[in-house]
Amino acid sequence: MAQAVLDVLSKTIPDALVELGSYLGDEIALVRRDRVHDVLAVLRDHDETKMDMLVDLTVVDYLGQSPRFEVVYHLRSTAFGHRVRVKAGVPEDDPVIASATDLWKAANWAEREAWDLYGVRFEGHPDLRRILMYAAFEGHPLRKDYPQNARQPLVRRPDAPATDALTTTLRMHSHDRRVE
Amino acid sequence: MNQPASYIPTKLQEAVNWAQKYSLFTYPFATACCAMEFMSTLGPRYDLARFGAEFPRFSPRQADLLIVIGTIVERQAPVLRRVYDQMADPKWVMAFGVCASTGGFYQNYTVTPGADQVIPVDVYVPGCPPRPEQVMDGLMALMNRIQDHRGNVQRELGPTATATPVLDRRRLPVLPDGTSMVLDKAQRMPKDGKVR
Repeated sequence: MAQAVLDVLSKTIPDALVELGSYLGDEIALVRRDRVHDVLAVLRDHDETKMDMLVDLTVVDYLGQSPRFEVVYHLRSTAFGHRVRVKAGVPEDDPVIASATDLWKAANWAEREAWDLYGVRFEGHPDLRRILMYAAFEGHPLRKDYPQNARQPLVRRPDAPATDALTTTLRMHSHDRRVE
Repeated sequence: MNQPASYIPTKLQEAVNWAQKYSLFTYPFATACCAMEFMSTLGPRYDLARFGAEFPRFSPRQADLLIVIGTIVERQAPVLRRVYDQMADPKWVMAFGVCASTGGFYQNYTVTPGADQVIPVDVYVPGCPPRPEQVMDGLMALMNRIQDHRGNVQRELGPTATATPVLDRRRLPVLPDGTSMVLDKAQRMPKDGKVR
């Protein structure tokens, strides 16, 4: 349906594209990390796309692959009803990507969440703080190598009931042993 | 507790406990979907008012019974602790639902494994969410506990009917702004995934 959008991309900035595809009716553009801001700007401003709405911004952690992270943008055009998914790979040793807050204000909190939970930094973000976890939290909990049942409590009773045995059992029977 | 046992204070204590168990003012600390079931419990069909616990006070300073209804996350735990500290003695706590009791199925980085990690809990009501019958059963269990003087705070304070001086409960870890109760960094971070 949104093949026209991909055509605009391949006509306008072909050098930024890595791969174009379609899956279950959703058009996907995998783009280079250093050009993602240009691609998003074209999608927003081009007369044939007019992607004026950032539906979602999130990150996927492909632990063990390279690049490890993938930042995913879901865009929609309220004028044409088109949807498109833009993805960009981000390596583990340098998890930085350009911020989209200057294009859509909706990106502000979404990028804060992505930073909070995955540790991908967004360059140019006006206020990149944690949004869900507390400031004293260490690490990024949705990364696949974050210990499964690690807790960082802010407050405990001195005589709080121990939860060690239960947690040990849970870890033992966990289906996800890959990251331990 | 240190007082010599005598007949009249014992009877007086029983009378005080009887009065307290039938006049519980509740403070619903409602954070999640269990609150729907709590409303149903308060409503006319199940009518918690029959047990004297009819009056939700939305100020912890006027409440006797703190009902923790729903999931407590680590970020919210200091708030819960502060609400508990603001309640006047004697006070009791009911953990409503599995999340408040043990963390429930949320065994992850953000959910506190039970409200009893933060405050002393007198009665646990399991269920996801618990049926109103279970809540009433838990409330009656709590009332028996109050009558027998077995509540956490009652145990700590000793007999309230005798002339024992009021204990200074401020020695309990309080939360002004992160002094005694807040864990320092070394205690807080279990990198190995072990839970305290």
